[in-house]
Amino acid sequence: MKLLVAVKRVVDYNIKVHVKKDGSDVDIAGVKMGANPFDENAIEEALRLKEKGLVSEIVAVSIGSAANQDVLRHALAMGVDRSILIETDSLLQPLGVAKLLKAVVELEKPALILLGKQAIDSDAGQTGQMLAALLAYGQGTFVSSITIENSEVIVTREVDGGTETLAITLPAVLTADLRLNEPRFVKLPNLMMARKKPIQTITVTELGVDITPHLNLISVSEPPARKPGIKVSSVQELLQKLNDVGGITL
Amino acid sequence: MSVLVLAEHNGQQLNASVYQAIGAAQTWAASVDLLIVGKATEALAQQAASIAGVQRVLSVDAAHLEHLLAEDVANIVVGIASNYQVILAAHSSFSRNILPRVAALLDVAMIADVLQIKGDNTYTRSIYAGSVHAMVQSIDTIQVLTVHASNFTVAAQGGNAEIVPLAAPDATTKTRWLSEEHSHSDRPALSSAKVVISGGRSLGSAEKFEQLLSPLADKLGAALGATRAAVDAGYAPNELQVGQTGVVVAPNLYFAIGISGAIQHLYGMKDSKVVIAINQDPDAPIFQVADYGLVADLFEAVPEITDSIASK
Repeated sequence: MKLLVAVKRVVDYNIKVHVKKDGSDVDIAGVKMGANPFDENAIEEALRLKEKGLVSEIVAVSIGSAANQDVLRHALAMGVDRSILIETDSLLQPLGVAKLLKAVVELEKPALILLGKQAIDSDAGQTGQMLAALLAYGQGTFVSSITIENSEVIVTREVDGGTETLAITLPAVLTADLRLNEPRFVKLPNLMMARKKPIQTITVTELGVDITPHLNLISVSEPPARKPGIKVSSVQELLQKLNDVGGITL
Repeated sequence: MSVLVLAEHNGQQLNASVYQAIGAAQTWAASVDLLIVGKATEALAQQAASIAGVQRVLSVDAAHLEHLLAEDVANIVVGIASNYQVILAAHSSFSRNILPRVAALLDVAMIADVLQIKGDNTYTRSIYAGSVHAMVQSIDTIQVLTVHASNFTVAAQGGNAEIVPLAAPDATTKTRWLSEEHSHSDRPALSSAKVVISGGRSLGSAEKFEQLLSPLADKLGAALGATRAAVDAGYAPNELQVGQTGVVVAPNLYFAIGISGAIQHLYGMKDSKVVIAINQDPDAPIFQVADYGLVADLFEAVPEITDSIASK
């Protein structure tokens, strides 16, 4: 069976982004970019399912400008078989992305689609659920374990207060939580080989999908900082301060 | 106009965040309906009917809704969506699973984890793990959103809403619920606790996490929390994770013990009223958000605090 994995290109998770002076958007010019960490968990899980003999082919897809080739090369270097870039310079939002991915699913007909549970830039956490809805597939979100049994995928989901286990009929859409696995490091020879692998490019126009944003960005700002506190020198001083603010009764 | 609030519950009780979601819904000068989906929802509907400002409680009661699947709940919401201009819920793993599915079926955007409702379909929400706030305006005729519960007023008691039973559509055939595991703890729920004691990787092991933090939590009647690093290291179960990808808390008092203060963690606790940080590293970023910082050896300072506090 074929597996499709979606990869978003985002600002590296170690970087604290700042807003532009005019407040029109975040300033990410020249900032280090990479694959969304949750999407790396999705890629890793795809590779493990293939290594178990449950998946025959893994196709990675990314959406954006030609710069997105780097995250697809990264996916290829990790071990995916093929990659597709849906090329566009338009502003992308979860609904439009889900519509584009649906079009790719219709072309590729994978039995399983894996995505990260959210992207660490926009923190929307919607694309997987939206894709499942548009395809009328079952969904497993925030998954921390995946097994395939016959025509179903069994997933454990991380929910508030514990975990939940579901059986979902294939084809299905799953979104990966960080604890699903530990993504492998890419070895240099693999990275060199990945450079030679072709990346298939499709345009949004070719897919015939309307990705007009439904949300207009008005402005961005740095959130108000907590007012600076004080350092205390001992446990007794700390307890005295807490007593003063009425935080706890001693 | 009308606003629909999707209620989260555990079968017996509405979640505390439902009251804040209704508070958020009251931002609109509109009638507010509360939707309860479950099995044997009568007591829940009664509880909901007494919340001030709720016009109607819509109750969808069916045996197959004992364990809620996104596919089923989304179908129910979409079935009544045309009566509403706004559909919202408190931001949680429950609503994050369901409402994006609803939004896609309605062909509208979803606005996640709204911090402020500005009017004119405009909202402030956080991006980049809370390090940036974005103001966005929706062009859709139905607004689907989740709200950052702790930012909104708790709806008062004293309502007398009409309870309207609705028929449940057929169960989904795509997904089957198999089981769930909830940690059984006598401690308050992390997301609504008044005091939270969180530990980081500096605690060193699951045993030390338990030995050091539990006695203090017991004395203060606090919930335990943890950083992602502590959860990944196996010191604490995943449901204790506070942060961008875990639970967001806003207690009166937050203890950050052995926590360096990665932005992903700060996202989950920076709305706390009073933050206390104890860390050996004087340069740890957590001290920049702490009201009271103590540079000390955790393994000496925490037992000293515990011993000094009279049992509750």
